[in-house]
Amino acid sequence: MALSFTLSCPLPVTRHEAIVLGHGSGGRLTSQLVHELFLPAFDNPALRKLDDQAVLNVPPGRIAMTTDSYVVTPLFFPGGDIGHLAVNGTVNDLAMSGAKPLYLTAAFIIEEGLALEDLQRVVHSMARAAEDAGVSIVTGDTKVVNRGSADKLFITTAGVGLVPDGVSISASNAHPGDVVIVSGPIGDHGITIWSTREGIDLAGSLKSDTAPLHALVEAMVGAGEVHVLRDPTRGGLGTSLCEIAGGSGVGIELEASAVPVREEVRAACEILGMDPLFVANEGRLLAMVAESSAEAVLHAMRTAPHGREACSIGRVVVDHPGMVLLRTEIGGSRILDMPFAEQLPRIC
Amino acid sequence: MKYVDEYRDQKVAEKLAVEIRRAATRHWTIMEVCGGQTHSIVKYGIDYLLPKEVELVHGPGCPVCVTPLEMIDRAHAIARRPDVIFCSFGDMLRVPGSTGDLFQVKAAGGDVRIVYSPLDCLKIAAANPKKTVVFFAIGFETTAPANAMAVWQAKAQSIRNFSVLVSHVLVPPAIAAILESPDNRVQAFLGPGHVCAVMGHREYAPIGSRYRTPIVITGFEPLDLLEGTLMAVRQLEQGRSEVENQYARAVDPEGNIGAQQMVRRMFEVCDRAWRGIGIIPQSGYRLKDEFCDYDAEQIFELGLIHAPEPAICISGQVLTGLRKPHDCPAFAKGCTPQNPLGATMVSAEGACAAYYNYGRHLVALPSGRERA
Repeated sequence: MALSFTLSCPLPVTRHEAIVLGHGSGGRLTSQLVHELFLPAFDNPALRKLDDQAVLNVPPGRIAMTTDSYVVTPLFFPGGDIGHLAVNGTVNDLAMSGAKPLYLTAAFIIEEGLALEDLQRVVHSMARAAEDAGVSIVTGDTKVVNRGSADKLFITTAGVGLVPDGVSISASNAHPGDVVIVSGPIGDHGITIWSTREGIDLAGSLKSDTAPLHALVEAMVGAGEVHVLRDPTRGGLGTSLCEIAGGSGVGIELEASAVPVREEVRAACEILGMDPLFVANEGRLLAMVAESSAEAVLHAMRTAPHGREACSIGRVVVDHPGMVLLRTEIGGSRILDMPFAEQLPRIC
Repeated sequence: MKYVDEYRDQKVAEKLAVEIRRAATRHWTIMEVCGGQTHSIVKYGIDYLLPKEVELVHGPGCPVCVTPLEMIDRAHAIARRPDVIFCSFGDMLRVPGSTGDLFQVKAAGGDVRIVYSPLDCLKIAAANPKKTVVFFAIGFETTAPANAMAVWQAKAQSIRNFSVLVSHVLVPPAIAAILESPDNRVQAFLGPGHVCAVMGHREYAPIGSRYRTPIVITGFEPLDLLEGTLMAVRQLEQGRSEVENQYARAVDPEGNIGAQQMVRRMFEVCDRAWRGIGIIPQSGYRLKDEFCDYDAEQIFELGLIHAPEPAICISGQVLTGLRKPHDCPAFAKGCTPQNPLGATMVSAEGACAAYYNYGRHLVALPSGRERA
């Protein structure tokens, strides 16, 4: 005979101002969180069933699949928040194969004490980002850990997308002669996060560049022969270039003066002794495009979402395979090497 | 960007390079003193523009590089203590001591924080009254005023849970020590722009005339360095040995008097060990005895710390301009920025790390001329 009472307190989620361990217990509090927050925000038929898995219809063809974890302090910053990043980052990782993103999963690790209002803001931001990107968040998970065991909120998303027939884009696919293209100014995200975290006002309108790039990619692939796509997130443009040079066994020559960097970002990097080439981006892409279609691709980018400031910044070459050479602003030359770890502010 | 772009103009750079080529009739060896200058030279490929007659060698002016291993081990011993919040400039965190770096100390539970100014430590100290906040006060005359100010402010505000681990070094005694060396091959110096912005350049005139060596106080932008090099080459060619000021937009001959007063109030000159070089007399600052309550070395019982350097490392000879990074058998093989054997491979400003990060391909060119 089923018991008709329960030991857990049936307080509605809205009565809690902060997340408590019980919200991750799998019990009634978890259920309330799901029914009152996640489900209304992400609502779609697959999620609505609340099974342990989402069962999805997938068109025939090749599937791209990816996963990423998002940890950022602060959770909210000019231009976006952790939720926005968690959706767009995974959408972009799919898009960098030329895939059309379809479905996402979302797993939340929450530190007890997180303001419920903050979680609500993040979840609604994810819902908006998913809608903008045309993807559904079809399954998820919530865990709550003791205070101090996580930094407020960690989000992991995974995604699948459909790769169109005939599209073959990979970091190992750069050919000598390819034109190197970047979709806009670099370093906005990293410097925004740094200045917000340190409480330093750059007296400008600088904000994170976080954005979904699949529509931009679609326009590029439709306009010409795209060999390589990368979203230069952690490690920045320089690290992505080094990875591509290594992955494709080609040399890359980069024109320092052609790389677009906003004044605020340059100024902050000058003050800190950092290199914008190694500062993070969240809404930019790097492409290697066949020389014959570079103009067409650039033209298509400039009229597509998030590609208005696209420009060419260098060339893929036969010489010095695996190495990126930078032609400096004053006409000198040097190698651009992957940094050992994160950049550190220099003493003087 | 104002104050930056006009000093990175390619056309002017080319013009200066042509003038240097015209001016140099024989081989000259010029040392840029500062790590920041070395960093700019390799970052912008300035050496790439110079004629083979002009050889730039890299001086000892990288504060992270010349901080002795024993001092780093002391820092780590303090940072490991559970009652301490250890604060440092960012690039000091990756400098390895005898057993790992400050990142590893942090991972093992030490409270290690990056600050942008020593004055930030006072706020941390006020917010954490049960902890002792220690700042790793390294650097040349450039960083000394802010470090002195932090101690001064701590005393004025009666903040008792703050101290500094001082390892300050001074440029003029290091230049003199290089010139005293029987093997010396440095013929002129690009003097330290930022150090002189604080200290002025009066103290360099006696060195220049005593050793008959031109000293051109030089800035850090590409055109500064090219112009400074041109001025040094012209002096050498004309047989002059003067102190000239290329960096006049920042350096007043008398320096920053207020900053100097603050430094003199808090610090006194002492002998200092330089990593890779050894002890240079009267080449550093220590806190005056009256501020011993703020001296981390006085506060913490650290015992005897002895830390031998790897025998293969030639960083001392690199720091004094006797040899180039790639003269070292360990360069880019056993010794890399990931696994540095010596001082100069550690910091981005260190000559070996700068060569490794920016110039490896030039070293490898079979028929290419050697570029500094």
